[in-house]
Amino acid sequence: MGLTITEKILARAAGLEAVAPGDIVRVKVDLVMGHDVTLPLGILEFERMGAAGVFDPEKVVAVSDHFAPASNNAAADRIKMVRDFARAQGLVHYFEPGCGQSGVCHALLPEEGLVLPGTVILGADSHTTTYGALGAFATGMGSTDIAAAMALGETWLRVPESLRLNYHGKLGRWVTGKDLILHTLGRLGVAGALYEAMEFCGPTIDDLAMSDRFTMCNMAVEAGAKNGIIAPGTKTEEYLLGRTSRPYEALRSDHDARYAATLEFACEGLQPQVAFPFSPDNVRPAREAGEVTIDAVFIGSCTNGRLEDLRVAAEILRGRQVARGVRLIVIPATQKIYLQAMKEGLLEVFAGVGGAVSTPTCGPCFGGHMGLLATGERAVSTTNRNFVGRMGHPESEVYLASPAVAAASAVVGRIAHPGEVVD
Amino acid sequence: MSTLRGKAWQVGDNVDTDQIIAGRYLSLTDPEELGRHCFEGAYPELAEGFAQGDVIVAGENFGCGSSREHAVVALKAMGVSCIVASSFARIFFRNCINLGLLPLDCPSAVEGIEVGDEVCIDPVAGKIENISKGVVFDFKPLPPFLQEIIAAGDLTAYVRRQLSGARGAEVRR
Repeated sequence: MGLTITEKILARAAGLEAVAPGDIVRVKVDLVMGHDVTLPLGILEFERMGAAGVFDPEKVVAVSDHFAPASNNAAADRIKMVRDFARAQGLVHYFEPGCGQSGVCHALLPEEGLVLPGTVILGADSHTTTYGALGAFATGMGSTDIAAAMALGETWLRVPESLRLNYHGKLGRWVTGKDLILHTLGRLGVAGALYEAMEFCGPTIDDLAMSDRFTMCNMAVEAGAKNGIIAPGTKTEEYLLGRTSRPYEALRSDHDARYAATLEFACEGLQPQVAFPFSPDNVRPAREAGEVTIDAVFIGSCTNGRLEDLRVAAEILRGRQVARGVRLIVIPATQKIYLQAMKEGLLEVFAGVGGAVSTPTCGPCFGGHMGLLATGERAVSTTNRNFVGRMGHPESEVYLASPAVAAASAVVGRIAHPGEVVD
Repeated sequence: MSTLRGKAWQVGDNVDTDQIIAGRYLSLTDPEELGRHCFEGAYPELAEGFAQGDVIVAGENFGCGSSREHAVVALKAMGVSCIVASSFARIFFRNCINLGLLPLDCPSAVEGIEVGDEVCIDPVAGKIENISKGVVFDFKPLPPFLQEIIAAGDLTAYVRRQLSGARGAEVRR
Protein backbone atom coordinates (compact mmCIF):
# COMPACT_ATOMS: atom_id res chain seq x y z
CA MET A 1 0.00 0.00 0.00
CA GLY A 2 1.41 3.41 -0.99
CA LEU A 3 1.85 6.41 1.24
CA THR A 4 0.69 10.03 1.02
CA ILE A 5 3.26 12.83 1.07
CA THR A 6 2.31 13.61 4.68
CA GLU A 7 2.82 9.96 5.70
CA LYS A 8 6.18 9.82 3.90
CA ILE A 9 7.49 12.93 5.64
CA LEU A 10 6.38 11.72 9.05
CA ALA A 11 7.76 8.21 8.48
CA ARG A 12 11.12 9.63 7.55
CA ALA A 13 11.21 11.98 10.52
CA ALA A 14 10.29 9.07 12.78
CA GLY A 15 12.96 6.82 11.30
CA LEU A 16 10.33 4.32 10.11
CA GLU A 17 9.70 2.63 6.77
CA ALA A 18 6.04 3.54 6.83
CA VAL A 19 3.36 5.02 9.06
CA ALA A 20 -0.42 4.76 8.93
CA PRO A 21 -3.15 7.19 9.98
CA GLY A 22 -3.76 6.91 13.72
CA ASP A 23 -0.18 5.87 14.52
CA ILE A 24 1.43 7.97 17.20
CA VAL A 25 5.04 8.60 16.30
CA ARG A 26 7.99 10.46 17.72
CA VAL A 27 9.57 12.65 15.07
CA LYS A 28 12.66 14.79 14.73
CA VAL A 29 11.78 18.36 13.85
CA ASP A 30 13.66 20.45 11.33
CA LEU A 31 12.43 23.86 12.41
CA VAL A 32 10.64 25.29 15.44
CA MET A 33 9.10 28.77 15.28
CA GLY A 34 7.57 31.02 17.89
CA HIS A 35 6.50 34.66 17.88
CA ASP A 36 5.99 37.54 20.27
CA VAL A 37 2.54 36.36 21.40
CA THR A 38 3.24 32.67 22.00
CA LEU A 39 6.95 32.55 22.68
CA PRO A 40 6.96 34.42 26.02
CA LEU A 41 4.80 31.62 27.51
CA GLY A 42 6.96 29.01 25.81
CA ILE A 43 10.12 30.58 27.21
CA LEU A 44 8.74 30.26 30.77
CA GLU A 45 7.99 26.54 30.24
CA PHE A 46 11.37 26.09 28.57
CA GLU A 47 13.00 27.46 31.72
CA ARG A 48 10.82 25.26 33.98
CA MET A 49 12.04 22.28 31.96
CA GLY A 50 15.55 23.16 33.06
CA ALA A 51 16.76 23.25 29.47
CA ALA A 52 20.26 24.66 29.23
CA GLY A 53 19.83 25.60 25.60
CA VAL A 54 17.80 25.04 22.49
CA PHE A 55 18.52 21.83 20.58
CA ASP A 56 19.98 23.74 17.62
CA PRO A 57 20.30 27.55 17.44
CA GLU A 58 19.96 27.36 13.64
CA LYS A 59 16.67 25.49 13.83
CA VAL A 60 14.80 27.57 16.39
CA VAL A 61 13.38 30.71 14.86
CA ALA A 62 11.94 33.65 16.79
CA VAL A 63 9.90 36.34 15.08
CA SER A 64 8.57 39.53 16.62
CA ASP A 65 5.70 40.28 14.28
CA HIS A 66 2.36 40.42 16.11
CA PHE A 67 2.95 43.36 18.42
CA ALA A 68 6.09 44.71 16.77
CA PRO A 69 6.81 47.54 16.35
CA ALA A 70 5.64 47.70 19.97
CA SER A 71 2.29 49.41 20.35
CA ASN A 72 2.33 49.72 24.17
CA ASN A 73 4.51 49.04 27.20
CA ALA A 74 3.35 45.46 27.78
CA ALA A 75 3.98 44.62 24.12
CA ALA A 76 7.41 46.20 24.31
CA ASP A 77 8.24 43.99 27.30
CA ARG A 78 7.07 40.83 25.54
CA ILE A 79 9.12 41.63 22.47
CA LYS A 80 12.12 42.30 24.71
CA MET A 81 11.63 38.88 26.31
CA VAL A 82 11.74 37.23 22.89
CA ARG A 83 14.70 39.35 21.76
CA ASP A 84 16.64 38.59 24.96
CA PHE A 85 15.91 34.87 24.64
CA ALA A 86 17.07 34.89 21.02
CA ARG A 87 20.27 36.64 22.03
CA ALA A 88 20.94 34.43 25.08
CA GLN A 89 20.33 31.26 23.06
CA GLY A 90 22.41 32.50 20.15
CA LEU A 91 19.52 31.98 17.72
CA VAL A 92 20.76 32.44 14.17
CA HIS A 93 17.34 33.59 13.01
CA TYR A 94 15.68 36.32 15.00
CA PHE A 95 13.53 38.81 13.13
CA GLU A 96 12.13 42.13 14.25
CA PRO A 97 11.06 45.26 12.37
CA GLY A 98 13.76 47.87 12.40
CA CYS A 99 16.70 45.53 12.56
CA GLY A 100 17.30 43.93 9.21
CA GLN A 101 15.00 41.41 7.60
CA SER A 102 11.63 41.22 9.27
CA GLY A 103 8.05 40.43 8.56
CA VAL A 104 5.00 38.34 9.31
CA CYS A 105 6.40 34.92 10.25
CA HIS A 106 4.53 32.79 7.72
CA ALA A 107 5.54 35.03 4.81
CA LEU A 108 9.05 35.53 6.18
CA LEU A 109 10.29 31.99 6.85
CA PRO A 110 9.68 30.69 3.30
CA GLU A 111 11.11 33.91 1.84
CA GLU A 112 14.28 33.45 3.89
CA GLY A 113 14.71 29.92 2.54
CA LEU A 114 14.10 28.37 5.96
CA VAL A 115 11.31 26.09 4.74
CA LEU A 116 12.36 23.05 2.72
CA PRO A 117 10.25 20.31 1.10
CA GLY A 118 10.04 17.09 3.07
CA THR A 119 10.83 18.67 6.43
CA VAL A 120 8.86 18.78 9.68
CA ILE A 121 8.11 22.27 11.00
CA LEU A 122 6.36 23.21 14.22
CA GLY A 123 5.12 26.69 14.99
CA ALA A 124 3.47 28.19 18.03
CA ASP A 125 0.80 29.60 15.74
CA SER A 126 -2.14 27.91 14.08
CA HIS A 127 -1.30 29.28 10.63
CA THR A 128 1.97 27.36 10.58
CA THR A 129 0.13 25.18 8.04
CA THR A 130 1.26 27.79 5.46
CA TYR A 131 4.64 26.07 4.94
CA GLY A 132 2.92 23.02 3.47
CA ALA A 133 2.84 25.00 0.22
CA LEU A 134 6.50 24.06 -0.21
CA GLY A 135 5.85 20.37 0.44
CA ALA A 136 6.80 20.46 4.14
CA PHE A 137 4.76 18.99 6.99
CA ALA A 138 3.96 22.02 9.13
CA THR A 139 1.50 22.34 11.98
CA GLY A 140 0.62 24.62 14.87
CA MET A 141 0.93 23.71 18.55
CA GLY A 142 0.61 25.25 22.00
CA SER A 143 3.38 27.05 23.85
CA THR A 144 4.27 24.06 26.06
CA ASP A 145 4.67 21.76 23.07
CA ILE A 146 6.86 24.35 21.40
CA ALA A 147 8.98 24.71 24.54
CA ALA A 148 9.60 20.95 24.55
CA ALA A 149 10.44 20.95 20.85
CA MET A 150 12.90 23.82 21.35
CA ALA A 151 14.60 21.82 24.11
CA LEU A 152 14.57 18.37 22.52
CA GLY A 153 14.41 18.87 18.77
CA GLU A 154 11.59 16.38 18.58
CA THR A 155 7.91 15.99 19.23
CA TRP A 156 5.16 13.41 19.10
CA LEU A 157 2.47 13.39 16.44
CA ARG A 158 -0.54 11.36 15.57
CA VAL A 159 -0.37 10.57 11.85
CA PRO A 160 -3.39 12.28 10.25
CA GLU A 161 -5.76 10.81 7.68
CA SER A 162 -5.23 12.56 4.36
CA LEU A 163 -7.95 14.30 2.42
CA ARG A 164 -7.27 14.60 -1.31
CA LEU A 165 -8.64 17.81 -2.80
CA ASN A 166 -8.43 17.68 -6.56
CA TYR A 167 -8.80 20.95 -8.48
CA HIS A 168 -9.24 21.11 -12.24
CA GLY A 169 -10.11 23.76 -14.79
CA LYS A 170 -8.53 27.08 -15.64
CA LEU A 171 -9.05 29.95 -13.23
CA GLY A 172 -10.83 33.01 -14.58
CA ARG A 173 -9.43 36.53 -14.36
CA TRP A 174 -9.42 37.84 -10.76
CA VAL A 175 -9.79 34.34 -9.36
CA THR A 176 -6.95 33.48 -6.97
CA GLY A 177 -5.78 30.98 -4.40
CA LYS A 178 -7.81 32.91 -1.83
CA ASP A 179 -10.99 32.26 -3.79
CA LEU A 180 -10.12 28.58 -4.13
CA ILE A 181 -9.59 28.13 -0.39
CA LEU A 182 -12.67 30.20 0.56
CA HIS A 183 -14.74 28.13 -1.87
CA THR A 184 -13.25 24.96 -0.36
CA LEU A 185 -14.06 26.14 3.17
CA GLY A 186 -17.61 26.90 2.08
CA ARG A 187 -17.95 23.32 0.90
CA LEU A 188 -16.14 21.55 3.77
CA GLY A 189 -17.15 23.70 6.72
CA VAL A 190 -14.92 24.74 9.61
CA ALA A 191 -14.64 21.19 10.93
CA GLY A 192 -14.69 19.50 7.52
CA ALA A 193 -11.08 18.41 7.69
CA LEU A 194 -10.80 18.07 11.45
CA TYR A 195 -7.51 16.46 12.36
CA GLU A 196 -6.79 15.61 8.72
CA ALA A 197 -4.08 16.50 6.23
CA MET A 198 -5.51 18.56 3.37
CA GLU A 199 -3.58 17.63 0.27
CA PHE A 200 -4.22 20.10 -2.55
CA CYS A 201 -3.64 18.63 -6.00
CA GLY A 202 -4.75 18.54 -9.60
CA PRO A 203 -3.96 20.55 -12.75
CA THR A 204 -5.22 23.84 -11.29
CA ILE A 205 -2.83 23.54 -8.35
CA ASP A 206 0.05 22.55 -10.67
CA ASP A 207 -0.48 25.85 -12.50
CA LEU A 208 -0.94 27.88 -9.33
CA ALA A 209 1.70 30.45 -8.33
CA MET A 210 3.57 29.92 -5.06
CA SER A 211 1.93 32.97 -3.48
CA ASP A 212 -1.51 31.42 -4.08
CA ARG A 213 -0.33 28.08 -2.76
CA PHE A 214 0.80 29.75 0.48
CA THR A 215 -2.64 31.34 0.82
CA MET A 216 -4.38 27.99 0.43
CA CYS A 217 -2.21 26.09 2.90
CA ASN A 218 -2.39 29.04 5.31
CA MET A 219 -6.15 28.65 5.61
CA ALA A 220 -6.23 24.84 5.75
CA VAL A 221 -6.44 25.27 9.51
CA GLU A 222 -9.79 27.06 9.09
CA ALA A 223 -11.25 23.67 8.08
CA GLY A 224 -9.80 22.16 11.26
CA ALA A 225 -6.93 20.50 9.40
CA LYS A 226 -3.69 19.51 11.05
CA ASN A 227 -1.72 20.48 7.96
CA GLY A 228 -2.21 21.61 4.39
CA ILE A 229 0.22 20.35 1.79
CA ILE A 230 1.10 20.62 -1.90
CA ALA A 231 3.57 18.26 -3.53
CA PRO A 232 6.73 20.04 -4.73
CA GLY A 233 7.12 20.61 -8.47
CA THR A 234 8.72 23.01 -10.93
CA LYS A 235 7.18 26.09 -9.28
CA THR A 236 8.53 24.95 -5.91
CA GLU A 237 12.02 24.49 -7.32
CA GLU A 238 11.92 27.92 -8.94
CA TYR A 239 10.85 29.48 -5.64
CA LEU A 240 13.65 27.79 -3.69
CA LEU A 241 16.32 28.67 -6.23
CA GLY A 242 18.50 31.41 -4.77
CA ARG A 243 16.79 31.18 -1.36
CA THR A 244 18.56 28.07 -0.14
CA SER A 245 21.49 25.92 -1.13
CA ARG A 246 20.61 23.20 1.35
CA PRO A 247 19.68 19.84 -0.15
CA TYR A 248 16.12 18.57 0.12
CA GLU A 249 14.06 15.66 -1.06
CA ALA A 250 10.93 16.39 -3.04
CA LEU A 251 8.54 13.74 -1.74
CA ARG A 252 5.23 13.03 -3.50
CA SER A 253 2.24 10.85 -2.72
CA ASP A 254 2.26 7.35 -4.20
CA HIS A 255 -0.37 6.56 -6.82
CA ASP A 256 -1.85 3.91 -4.57
CA ALA A 257 -1.78 6.08 -1.42
CA ARG A 258 -4.86 5.79 0.75
CA TYR A 259 -7.11 8.79 1.41
CA ALA A 260 -9.95 9.26 3.86
CA ALA A 261 -11.80 10.93 0.98
CA THR A 262 -11.16 12.51 -2.41
CA LEU A 263 -13.06 15.65 -3.37
CA GLU A 264 -13.24 17.11 -6.87
CA PHE A 265 -13.40 20.85 -7.49
CA ALA A 266 -14.33 22.17 -10.93
CA CYS A 267 -12.72 25.62 -11.09
CA GLU A 268 -13.93 26.67 -14.53
CA GLY A 269 -16.35 29.52 -13.96
CA LEU A 270 -15.51 29.90 -10.25
CA GLN A 271 -16.12 33.49 -9.15
CA PRO A 272 -14.24 35.64 -6.60
CA GLN A 273 -15.48 34.65 -3.14
CA VAL A 274 -16.22 36.50 0.08
CA ALA A 275 -16.56 34.99 3.57
CA PHE A 276 -19.24 36.83 5.52
CA PRO A 277 -19.15 37.26 9.31
CA PHE A 278 -18.58 35.41 11.55
CA SER A 279 -17.04 32.30 10.08
CA PRO A 280 -14.54 31.61 7.28
CA ASP A 281 -16.93 29.00 5.84
CA ASN A 282 -19.81 31.48 5.46
CA VAL A 283 -18.88 31.99 1.83
CA ARG A 284 -20.67 33.38 -1.21
CA PRO A 285 -19.59 34.85 -4.57
CA ALA A 286 -18.63 38.56 -4.43
CA ARG A 287 -21.25 39.32 -7.11
CA GLU A 288 -23.95 37.99 -4.80
CA ALA A 289 -22.80 39.99 -1.77
CA GLY A 290 -25.57 42.53 -2.10
CA GLU A 291 -25.20 46.10 -0.86
CA VAL A 292 -22.59 45.72 1.87
CA THR A 293 -21.10 49.18 2.47
CA ILE A 294 -17.72 49.29 4.16
CA ASP A 295 -15.62 51.55 6.37
CA ALA A 296 -12.20 50.00 5.92
CA VAL A 297 -10.12 47.78 3.69
CA PHE A 298 -7.08 45.90 4.88
CA ILE A 299 -4.63 44.34 2.43
CA GLY A 300 -1.86 42.35 4.07
CA SER A 301 -1.19 39.50 6.56
CA CYS A 302 0.36 36.01 6.30
CA THR A 303 -2.57 35.08 4.07
CA ASN A 304 -2.36 37.83 1.44
CA GLY A 305 0.46 40.29 2.06
CA ARG A 306 2.83 39.00 -0.63
CA LEU A 307 4.19 40.87 -3.62
CA GLU A 308 1.73 39.26 -6.06
CA ASP A 309 -1.11 40.37 -3.77
CA LEU A 310 0.15 43.95 -3.73
CA ARG A 311 0.60 43.95 -7.51
CA VAL A 312 -3.00 42.98 -8.20
CA ALA A 313 -4.29 45.48 -5.64
CA ALA A 314 -2.17 48.25 -7.19
CA GLU A 315 -3.38 47.31 -10.68
CA ILE A 316 -6.95 47.95 -9.57
CA LEU A 317 -6.22 51.09 -7.54
CA ARG A 318 -3.85 52.76 -10.02
CA GLY A 319 -5.44 55.89 -11.49
CA ARG A 320 -8.56 55.48 -9.37
CA GLN A 321 -9.72 56.80 -6.02
CA VAL A 322 -10.68 55.18 -2.77
CA ALA A 323 -14.36 55.79 -2.08
CA ARG A 324 -15.12 58.65 0.30
CA GLY A 325 -15.31 57.44 3.88
CA VAL A 326 -13.29 54.27 3.31
CA ARG A 327 -9.91 53.84 5.04
CA LEU A 328 -7.33 51.78 3.19
CA ILE A 329 -4.50 50.10 5.06
CA VAL A 330 -1.82 48.20 3.15
CA ILE A 331 0.86 46.22 4.95
CA PRO A 332 3.48 44.37 2.90
CA ALA A 333 4.11 41.11 4.76
CA THR A 334 7.90 41.37 4.86
CA GLN A 335 10.65 43.95 4.55
CA LYS A 336 11.79 42.44 1.24
CA ILE A 337 8.25 42.67 -0.15
CA TYR A 338 8.07 46.25 1.13
CA LEU A 339 11.30 47.19 -0.66
CA GLN A 340 10.35 45.48 -3.91
CA ALA A 341 6.87 47.06 -3.80
CA MET A 342 8.61 50.40 -3.38
CA LYS A 343 10.85 49.78 -6.40
CA GLU A 344 7.88 48.74 -8.52
CA GLY A 345 5.97 51.87 -7.56
CA LEU A 346 3.22 49.91 -5.79
CA LEU A 347 3.59 51.74 -2.50
CA GLU A 348 3.30 55.00 -4.40
CA VAL A 349 -0.02 53.82 -5.79
CA PHE A 350 -1.33 52.94 -2.32
CA ALA A 351 -0.07 56.14 -0.72
CA GLY A 352 -1.22 58.13 -3.73
CA VAL A 353 -4.84 57.05 -3.32
CA GLY A 354 -4.64 58.10 0.33
CA GLY A 355 -3.93 54.69 1.79
CA ALA A 356 -1.91 54.09 4.96
CA VAL A 357 1.14 51.98 4.21
CA SER A 358 2.85 50.37 7.18
CA THR A 359 6.03 48.52 7.94
CA PRO A 360 5.46 44.73 8.17
CA THR A 361 3.35 43.58 11.15
CA CYS A 362 0.42 41.25 11.89
CA GLY A 363 -1.19 44.26 13.63
CA PRO A 364 -4.79 44.61 12.45
CA CYS A 365 -5.39 40.97 11.45
CA PHE A 366 -5.76 39.79 15.05
CA GLY A 367 -7.09 43.07 16.44
CA GLY A 368 -3.70 43.95 17.86
CA HIS A 369 -2.90 47.42 16.55
CA MET A 370 -2.48 49.48 13.35
CA GLY A 371 -6.10 50.11 12.49
CA LEU A 372 -8.72 48.42 14.62
CA LEU A 373 -12.42 48.55 13.77
CA ALA A 374 -14.86 50.59 15.83
CA THR A 375 -18.34 49.58 16.99
CA GLY A 376 -20.52 48.68 14.01
CA GLU A 377 -17.79 49.18 11.42
CA ARG A 378 -17.33 46.84 8.48
CA ALA A 379 -14.09 45.91 6.73
CA VAL A 380 -13.12 43.87 3.72
CA SER A 381 -9.91 42.16 4.71
CA THR A 382 -7.46 39.85 2.94
CA THR A 383 -6.81 38.03 6.23
CA ASN A 384 -7.92 34.58 7.43
CA ARG A 385 -10.44 34.86 10.27
CA ASN A 386 -13.65 36.83 10.67
CA PHE A 387 -14.71 35.67 14.13
CA VAL A 388 -16.61 38.03 16.41
CA GLY A 389 -14.32 40.91 17.35
CA ARG A 390 -11.36 39.51 15.47
CA MET A 391 -10.20 42.89 14.12
CA GLY A 392 -11.48 45.15 16.82
CA HIS A 393 -14.82 45.83 18.48
CA PRO A 394 -17.09 42.79 19.06
CA GLU A 395 -19.76 44.60 17.08
CA SER A 396 -17.55 45.18 14.05
CA GLU A 397 -17.69 42.91 11.00
CA VAL A 398 -14.95 41.40 8.84
CA TYR A 399 -15.51 40.15 5.29
CA LEU A 400 -12.68 37.96 4.02
CA ALA A 401 -11.67 38.24 0.39
CA SER A 402 -8.78 38.32 -2.08
CA PRO A 403 -6.63 41.44 -2.60
CA ALA A 404 -8.44 42.01 -5.93
CA VAL A 405 -11.87 42.06 -4.28
CA ALA A 406 -10.50 44.14 -1.39
CA ALA A 407 -9.03 46.76 -3.74
CA ALA A 408 -12.18 46.89 -5.88
CA SER A 409 -14.29 47.24 -2.73
CA ALA A 410 -12.09 50.14 -1.59
CA VAL A 411 -12.83 51.95 -4.87
CA VAL A 412 -16.57 51.28 -4.86
CA GLY A 413 -17.17 51.65 -1.11
CA ARG A 414 -19.00 48.36 -0.78
CA ILE A 415 -18.13 44.72 -1.46
CA ALA A 416 -17.39 44.67 -5.17
CA HIS A 417 -16.28 42.32 -7.91
CA PRO A 418 -13.03 43.57 -9.54
CA GLY A 419 -14.84 43.51 -12.89
CA GLU A 420 -17.01 46.40 -11.68
CA VAL A 421 -13.90 48.59 -11.51
CA VAL A 422 -11.59 47.29 -14.22
CA ASP A 423 -12.73 46.34 -17.71
CA MET B 1 1.59 3.27 34.85
CA SER B 2 -0.70 1.91 37.51
CA THR B 3 -4.28 0.71 37.20
CA LEU B 4 -7.01 3.31 37.65
CA ARG B 5 -10.30 2.68 39.40
CA GLY B 6 -13.29 4.95 39.81
CA LYS B 7 -16.92 5.70 39.17
CA ALA B 8 -18.05 6.63 35.67
CA TRP B 9 -19.70 9.94 34.79
CA GLN B 10 -21.23 10.45 31.35
CA VAL B 11 -21.21 13.49 29.07
CA GLY B 12 -22.42 13.85 25.47
CA ASP B 13 -20.93 14.52 22.02
CA ASN B 14 -18.94 17.65 21.05
CA VAL B 15 -18.30 18.78 24.62
CA ASP B 16 -16.27 21.95 24.07
CA THR B 17 -13.65 23.50 26.30
CA ASP B 18 -16.03 26.32 27.22
CA GLN B 19 -18.28 23.74 28.89
CA ILE B 20 -15.31 22.25 30.71
CA ILE B 21 -14.13 25.62 31.99
CA ALA B 22 -15.99 28.80 31.04
CA GLY B 23 -14.18 31.77 29.53
CA ARG B 24 -14.79 33.97 32.56
CA TYR B 25 -12.46 31.75 34.61
CA LEU B 26 -9.50 31.91 32.26
CA SER B 27 -7.81 34.60 34.31
CA LEU B 28 -7.51 32.07 37.14
CA THR B 29 -4.19 30.33 37.41
CA ASP B 30 -4.64 28.26 40.57
CA PRO B 31 -5.51 24.67 39.53
CA GLU B 32 -7.69 24.14 42.63
CA GLU B 33 -9.80 27.19 41.77
CA LEU B 34 -10.12 26.09 38.15
CA GLY B 35 -11.11 22.61 39.32
CA ARG B 36 -13.91 24.04 41.45
CA HIS B 37 -15.52 25.56 38.34
CA CYS B 38 -15.03 22.58 36.05
CA PHE B 39 -18.28 21.60 34.26
CA GLU B 40 -20.26 23.79 36.68
CA GLY B 41 -22.62 25.22 34.04
CA ALA B 42 -22.95 22.32 31.65
CA TYR B 43 -23.02 19.35 34.04
CA PRO B 44 -23.80 20.63 37.58
CA GLU B 45 -24.50 17.15 39.03
CA LEU B 46 -21.16 15.90 37.81
CA ALA B 47 -19.42 19.00 39.16
CA GLU B 48 -21.10 18.45 42.52
CA GLY B 49 -20.63 14.71 42.92
CA PHE B 50 -17.31 14.04 41.26
CA ALA B 51 -14.80 12.25 43.47
CA GLN B 52 -11.04 11.97 43.18
CA GLY B 53 -10.14 9.23 40.70
CA ASP B 54 -13.51 9.13 38.91
CA VAL B 55 -13.65 8.65 35.16
CA ILE B 56 -15.36 10.70 32.45
CA VAL B 57 -17.05 8.79 29.65
CA ALA B 58 -17.75 10.97 26.62
CA GLY B 59 -19.04 10.75 23.07
CA GLU B 60 -17.52 12.12 19.88
CA ASN B 61 -15.10 15.05 19.58
CA PHE B 62 -14.51 15.62 23.29
CA GLY B 63 -12.65 18.87 24.05
CA CYS B 64 -13.42 20.71 20.83
CA GLY B 65 -13.16 24.49 20.50
CA SER B 66 -10.55 26.67 22.12
CA SER B 67 -7.01 25.40 22.68
CA ARG B 68 -7.04 26.59 26.31
CA GLU B 69 -4.85 24.39 28.48
CA HIS B 70 -7.00 25.56 31.41
CA ALA B 71 -9.54 22.86 30.46
CA VAL B 72 -7.15 20.02 31.17
CA VAL B 73 -5.84 21.74 34.31
CA ALA B 74 -9.41 22.07 35.60
CA LEU B 75 -10.30 18.42 34.86
CA LYS B 76 -7.16 17.18 36.61
CA ALA B 77 -7.79 19.40 39.62
CA MET B 78 -11.39 18.13 39.83
CA GLY B 79 -9.91 14.66 40.24
CA VAL B 80 -10.43 13.11 36.79
CA SER B 81 -8.15 10.09 36.44
CA CYS B 82 -9.01 9.28 32.85
CA ILE B 83 -11.31 10.27 29.98
CA VAL B 84 -12.78 7.52 27.84
CA ALA B 85 -14.32 8.91 24.65
CA SER B 86 -15.47 7.82 21.20
CA SER B 87 -13.10 10.47 19.83
CA PHE B 88 -11.15 13.56 20.89
CA ALA B 89 -10.57 16.97 19.33
CA ARG B 90 -6.97 17.27 18.18
CA ILE B 91 -5.54 20.05 20.31
CA PHE B 92 -7.33 18.84 23.45
CA PHE B 93 -5.87 15.36 22.95
CA ARG B 94 -2.36 16.85 22.79
CA ASN B 95 -2.96 19.05 25.79
CA CYS B 96 -4.17 16.03 27.81
CA ILE B 97 -1.00 14.09 27.11
CA ASN B 98 1.21 17.13 27.69
CA LEU B 99 -0.43 17.95 31.01
CA GLY B 100 -0.55 14.33 32.19
CA LEU B 101 -4.21 13.34 31.85
CA LEU B 102 -5.03 10.03 30.19
CA PRO B 103 -7.25 10.29 27.05
CA LEU B 104 -8.52 6.92 25.82
CA ASP B 105 -10.18 6.32 22.46
CA CYS B 106 -12.60 3.44 23.02
CA PRO B 107 -16.05 3.71 21.39
CA SER B 108 -17.12 0.22 22.57
CA ALA B 109 -16.49 1.14 26.21
CA VAL B 110 -18.49 4.35 25.75
CA GLU B 111 -21.41 2.17 24.58
CA GLY B 112 -21.00 -0.29 27.43
CA ILE B 113 -20.64 1.98 30.47
CA GLU B 114 -23.47 3.72 32.31
CA VAL B 115 -23.43 6.51 34.87
CA GLY B 116 -22.37 5.20 38.26
CA ASP B 117 -20.70 2.03 36.96
CA GLU B 118 -17.47 1.14 38.69
CA VAL B 119 -14.68 0.88 36.14
CA CYS B 120 -11.10 -0.30 36.31
CA ILE B 121 -8.61 0.74 33.65
CA ASP B 122 -5.27 -0.84 32.87
CA PRO B 123 -3.55 1.70 30.60
CA VAL B 124 -0.60 -0.56 29.86
CA ALA B 125 -2.56 -3.70 28.99
CA GLY B 126 -5.21 -1.67 27.15
CA LYS B 127 -8.21 -2.93 29.11
CA ILE B 128 -11.25 -1.16 30.53
CA GLU B 129 -13.25 -3.36 32.88
CA ASN B 130 -16.79 -2.43 33.80
CA ILE B 131 -16.79 -4.04 37.25
CA SER B 132 -20.49 -3.32 37.84
CA LYS B 133 -21.51 -5.18 34.67
CA GLY B 134 -18.67 -7.67 34.43
CA VAL B 135 -17.58 -6.72 30.91
CA VAL B 136 -14.09 -5.92 29.58
CA PHE B 137 -13.29 -3.66 26.64
CA ASP B 138 -9.99 -3.58 24.81
CA PHE B 139 -8.30 -0.46 23.51
CA LYS B 140 -4.99 0.15 21.77
CA PRO B 141 -2.71 1.35 24.58
CA LEU B 142 -0.88 4.62 24.07
CA PRO B 143 2.70 4.07 22.90
CA PRO B 144 5.17 3.71 25.79
CA PHE B 145 6.69 7.16 25.40
CA LEU B 146 3.31 8.87 25.65
CA GLN B 147 2.57 6.80 28.75
CA GLU B 148 5.90 8.00 30.12
CA ILE B 149 4.87 11.64 29.67
CA ILE B 150 1.66 11.01 31.62
CA ALA B 151 3.51 9.02 34.28
CA ALA B 152 6.07 11.83 34.70
CA GLY B 153 3.24 14.22 35.61
CA ASP B 154 3.34 16.46 32.55
CA LEU B 155 5.43 17.24 29.48
CA THR B 156 7.48 19.86 31.31
CA ALA B 157 8.44 17.35 34.05
CA TYR B 158 9.11 14.67 31.44
CA VAL B 159 11.41 16.93 29.45
CA ARG B 160 13.14 18.07 32.63
CA ARG B 161 13.88 14.43 33.50
CA GLN B 162 14.99 13.64 29.96
CA LEU B 163 17.34 16.62 29.93
CA SER B 164 18.88 15.87 33.33
CA GLY B 165 19.32 12.22 32.26
CA ALA B 166 21.12 13.34 29.12
CA ARG B 167 23.37 15.66 31.10
CA GLY B 168 24.08 12.90 33.62
CA ALA B 169 25.15 10.59 30.80
CA GLU B 170 27.48 13.26 29.47
CA VAL B 171 29.13 13.67 32.86
CA ARG B 172 29.60 9.92 33.21
CA ARG B 173 31.29 9.74 29.84
